[in-house]
Amino acid sequence: MTPVLFIIIPLASAFLIALVGRKREILSRTLSFLATASLLGLSLVTYFRLGSGILVTELGGWKMPFGIVLALDAFGAFMLVIVSLIALTSLLFSVSYVRHLGSDWKYEALFMILVGGMNGVLITGDLFNLFVFTEIALFAAFALVAYGGQAHEFEAAFKYAVMATVSSALILMAIAVVYGATSTLTMAHISVAMAGIKPGLKIWIGALFLAGYGLKSALIPFHAWLPDAHSSAPAPISAMLSGVLIKALGIYVLIRIFFNVLGAPQVFLQAFLVLGAVSLLVGVFLAVGQWDLKRLLAYHSISQVGYIFIGLGLNTALGLAGAVFHLLNHALFKSLLFYNAGAIEMGLGTRDLRKMGNISRLMPVTAHSSMIASLAISGIPPFNGFFSKLMIIIAAVQAHQPVYALAAVIGSLLTLASFMKVQRYGIRGESPAKELQSRPGWGMNAAMVILAALCLFASLLIIPGIKESVLDPVVAAIMNNTGYAAAVLGAQK
Amino acid sequence: MIIYALCFALFLVGLYGLIVKRDLIKIILSTGIMGYAVNLMIVLFGYRREAIYPILEKGKEAAAMVDPLPQALVLTSIVIELGTTALLVALAVQLHKNFKTFDITKIRRLRG
Repeated sequence: MTPVLFIIIPLASAFLIALVGRKREILSRTLSFLATASLLGLSLVTYFRLGSGILVTELGGWKMPFGIVLALDAFGAFMLVIVSLIALTSLLFSVSYVRHLGSDWKYEALFMILVGGMNGVLITGDLFNLFVFTEIALFAAFALVAYGGQAHEFEAAFKYAVMATVSSALILMAIAVVYGATSTLTMAHISVAMAGIKPGLKIWIGALFLAGYGLKSALIPFHAWLPDAHSSAPAPISAMLSGVLIKALGIYVLIRIFFNVLGAPQVFLQAFLVLGAVSLLVGVFLAVGQWDLKRLLAYHSISQVGYIFIGLGLNTALGLAGAVFHLLNHALFKSLLFYNAGAIEMGLGTRDLRKMGNISRLMPVTAHSSMIASLAISGIPPFNGFFSKLMIIIAAVQAHQPVYALAAVIGSLLTLASFMKVQRYGIRGESPAKELQSRPGWGMNAAMVILAALCLFASLLIIPGIKESVLDPVVAAIMNNTGYAAAVLGAQK
Repeated sequence: MIIYALCFALFLVGLYGLIVKRDLIKIILSTGIMGYAVNLMIVLFGYRREAIYPILEKGKEAAAMVDPLPQALVLTSIVIELGTTALLVALAVQLHKNFKTFDITKIRRLRG
């Protein structure tokens, strides 16, 4: 089995959908489901087979410094599972949701390109290839944000596209500097060559990458585009963007570059901590004041990403485990919350919390699953969010960084407050609707039920025997700083 | 060293335009300038004084050639920029249809 399949399947299905889907709607739907389901199966098999090993493929048979190399380790495989899982539920949700936007093959084709771009980012071992896949995923994302065809959606997509162009220019500049300094683009070779580079130049490279990929993962000074883009997109796409895109294109790449290529320099770990804490607190403060449900959720994405960065900045086994665990958990509950928002928007025709109400009677599945997701994101046991936040807080205390532990606790309390607002004004609001404009379809309910169940079951990952086999290989892959290069180069025949 | 600094200055010109200008078309042009600056920088990294074109022929040595890889990278990046620019222009056209203006201060449905 080869990691190339993770790029071929989504891209091939995107082109097939464009070819045959325009004639028969059912064909494009079947194709997209087949593709995402097979990706989920493949990624799960790969993840559990891989363990702490690494899969290296040289594309086209070109040897490593000349050709493009694909390197899939435990961390990449873990991200692949998250991407495939959210993509499958998102498609399930789209079946009846996209109908009111005019269902057609373009949506599914763009969706598959988005998945293909993200998968490419996760498995590539070449810096420039990584940049190209980032752009592929972003192209699809711009088009999908504007998919509804309304004025504010075009505005959001334009802002998003301009911000993404700036970040891409910064990333390209960083790649140019890296190439100028090391004369190679393979990440493993760069990692080896980094040892002999002047510290000043290393800081430059790191700063450019941090600015470029920080823009994509919406850390606080770089966050301005996120609330617009994520709240204007159709709900299943918001779930994809908030749940996995900012992680695959932002956080994953930052971890890969800073931990595996640059070797976790102390300056940038400190920057992760500070930016993480600032994102956490400012994001949640901005979220509390929102009345637009999807905007509130989008601001929470910024704040929850802050937790992940605090865990990363600590650079201890527990902190990294918490960060990786929170990455999974945030994908689960934030996608679920966006599905809830989409179902409510479709049912009641509004996203304004003040105009909602009576949801638990009209849409019981939506109301109950949103309760579960709200508890999970606020960190109430026994849901998954509690355990990952607890791990990060304990890790911060153990690493003698009580300030960041305090920030995490305050952020958690404010998250709870803002989701009490959602439940109080939104789900149990005072302007009860008598009828629904349209009932959520079976696909939407199924997607919400699956994710709600996973929010509960993901807590099991904390149990000792399971944690060792699921989370620890990922943490080992991240902590194994320059070992990544040795593993990739060692796998070469 | 000074040519790299000039490239960075060109990049900053683009960034300045992006932040200060209010016209959608000028913003799109500014993103283009930023892209050019970066592309120029990549090509300059591969440049060698008094080197020849990188095609291996009889009697030519590889040591005397410029580095061809940055040129390949720049080609890819130009294609990506073309795509982005086309998409931005398409979005600008749609925005103009909806708002009858290119002025971003008048296109403000999203705030908060």
